[in-house]
Amino acid sequence: MPDANMSVTCSCGTNENNETLFDKLDEILEEYKFKEGGLIPVLQIAQGLFGFLPEEALHHIATKMNKPYSEVAGVVGFYSYFSTQPRGNNVIRVCLGTACYVRGGKQVLDSLKKELHIDVGETTEDKVFSLEVARCFGACGLAPAIMINDDVHQRVKPTRIKQILAPYYKTEMEEA
Amino acid sequence: MINLTIDNTPLTVEEGTTVLEACKQAGIKIPTLCYLENIQAIGACRVCLVEIERVKDLVASCVMPVAEGMKVTTNNRRVREARKVVVELLLSEHEGDCQTCDRNEDCELQSLAHDLGIKELRYEGEKAQRFQDHSTAGLVRDSAKCISCRRCVTVCTAIQTVSALFPQSRGFKTTIGPAFAQNLDTVTCVQCGQCAAVCPVGAISERDQIDEVWAALDDPSKTVVVQTAPAIRAALGECFGMEPGTLVTGKMTTALRNMGFDAIFDTDFSADLTIMEEGTELLTRLKKALVDKEDVALPMFTSCCPSWILFAEYFYPDMLSNLSTCKSPQQMMGAMVKTYYAKKIEKKPEEIVMVSIMPCTAKKHEAARDEMNDSDAQDVDIVLTTRELGKMVKQAGIDFSSLADSEMDAPLGLSTGAADIFANTGGVMEAALRTVYEIVTGRELPFENLHVSPVVGLEGIKDAEITIEGTVPEWSFLEGVTVKVAVAHALGNARKLVDKIRAGEAEYHFVEVMTCPGGCIGGGGQPRITTDEVRKKRIAAIYAEDEGKTLRKSHENEGVAKLYEEFLGVPLGHKSHELLHTKYYKKELV
Repeated sequence: MPDANMSVTCSCGTNENNETLFDKLDEILEEYKFKEGGLIPVLQIAQGLFGFLPEEALHHIATKMNKPYSEVAGVVGFYSYFSTQPRGNNVIRVCLGTACYVRGGKQVLDSLKKELHIDVGETTEDKVFSLEVARCFGACGLAPAIMINDDVHQRVKPTRIKQILAPYYKTEMEEA
Repeated sequence: MINLTIDNTPLTVEEGTTVLEACKQAGIKIPTLCYLENIQAIGACRVCLVEIERVKDLVASCVMPVAEGMKVTTNNRRVREARKVVVELLLSEHEGDCQTCDRNEDCELQSLAHDLGIKELRYEGEKAQRFQDHSTAGLVRDSAKCISCRRCVTVCTAIQTVSALFPQSRGFKTTIGPAFAQNLDTVTCVQCGQCAAVCPVGAISERDQIDEVWAALDDPSKTVVVQTAPAIRAALGECFGMEPGTLVTGKMTTALRNMGFDAIFDTDFSADLTIMEEGTELLTRLKKALVDKEDVALPMFTSCCPSWILFAEYFYPDMLSNLSTCKSPQQMMGAMVKTYYAKKIEKKPEEIVMVSIMPCTAKKHEAARDEMNDSDAQDVDIVLTTRELGKMVKQAGIDFSSLADSEMDAPLGLSTGAADIFANTGGVMEAALRTVYEIVTGRELPFENLHVSPVVGLEGIKDAEITIEGTVPEWSFLEGVTVKVAVAHALGNARKLVDKIRAGEAEYHFVEVMTCPGGCIGGGGQPRITTDEVRKKRIAAIYAEDEGKTLRKSHENEGVAKLYEEFLGVPLGHKSHELLHTKYYKKELV
């Protein structure tokens, strides 16, 4: 059974009781557990609930869906979308698909790393940003593209990174 | 039927046959690395490439079904070069320390590179981060050797339903292993070593303990005693190029003597002892159920196999009381050597080093279990696999093939044919029935040549019914009772059978489970690679060994009778309980 005292911070910024999160997860599992290909949507929803995929949640999902834990872990590790580490309140995804890559996606990524002082897969100390890479959002015409949470930023120039990030800091301050 | 031509030779094969299988039928050998007959055909390694007329690219023959009029070419420059490049690319990522690798001269990648005529390594690629896993008693893993063929994943998930291994991460970073590429001790693994048995390279092997044995043999203060499991004698010869199924009992004994072991005993002896204990336990449970109307756990499951024990502790903790409390023959021998035999030769248990030769990697785990110290020392100190013994013989410079036969030592080297057949699926059941039936009726088991034919062979789940008639007075309560038995090998089959029993859909009195396909003759520590053909040959050898013996029932073993007379008292007696029986513990699934 999951540890009810485990502290989990949801990416939406609200601190929800862990028990409630697992109750919600159970509702989702009821809907998906017998569905063919149900594992990926469950993982997506679980990541939305917890902000990341904690080990306890993955064990719970494996048990309820009657799938080997090694397989669940394999699926989580396969998709860069999934994270097993707590993430910042804003997740930046830099597209390194072919179009974005040739139009400077790599330079955008380098600029972000420098600006935030973190590497891919890491979170800033103030927990404001996490940095990830992705392969194609389907926005090749806007290359190079990055996504911050659900916002797509198009034709990003490495020199304009600071300006792009600024509003997110501002929102942070307002919420605080 | 489908007509096709392979290398210009016409051939007719059944529909659904793959090109690879058709080539095999035509006597053409296609190189493979990930393919496993009847188990895995996934086109992962790309080595089995062939050319098909009017198909632009070369195709992986293991996943290509035949089609009417298909023209296949298996040998031209394009095919040969492509296969070569595939293997060269695998080698570019592979840690190629062949001379010091555990799999040197027993490696499919190494011999394939040789067969394809690769003379230089043209590509030097980036190598993935290496990690080695020494976390478990039975198995070691080395990611730098892995070629991601997924054979281990398939046997672990589809055959054994343990699912400890799965591809983790993606692309170049893909590793094959437990969840999140952790060590094996962090997950549910039953140590059966079927992964190591099918690994084409040195990525998963048994923990090498050969040097520990040499150190013991070199230590003059130690008496080094060895026991050899029934399955070794039908397989060890393969380490020296002999045909599968060549019986080498006598040569093996001579080799062990030449290497300096002080006493050579037979796990067959303790297999006979197991039958005395387990047979009595079964009869006791039946009496409790039928006469005393007590609530007793039935069916009783055999407990010789350490991976099956782990499997039950992880997946069926509610049924642990159904497991026979008998220790396995390996552990019974260890306990007897360090008590009964130690007393005879006036040694303390700690002055004796008990070495086992097992067809199994899980036996290494079993020997290290906390419960296995009833002689006031670790009952079995070191466990070597068949493969390790083969290497040790070579290290000793012994020319195995030319050795003369010799006999194992008294008193714990005596055995009956019933013990030999512990090596294969159905064997423990047959051995138990030979003794139990005779105890209860005073007559021989009514099967031709004493073989319980319904439980012989490679079918995954087998069962039999035997009606007991003409009982001796002591066992008259069994008169007219139909004893129902079942046998399963490979844990996937065991799971199916146990699920049925648990759900009340099947009812048995006695069930034999062996973890490895075919039983111990197909164990995780046996010479590679064990196909069904090899299994059949080894099983035939084991039955021949059984049939060649004058004594073929465990209760006829005079050494065992003497052991009870001089030391143990009676089966299930106080001393037996202390030394020959054990407990099981629920384990948390990961």
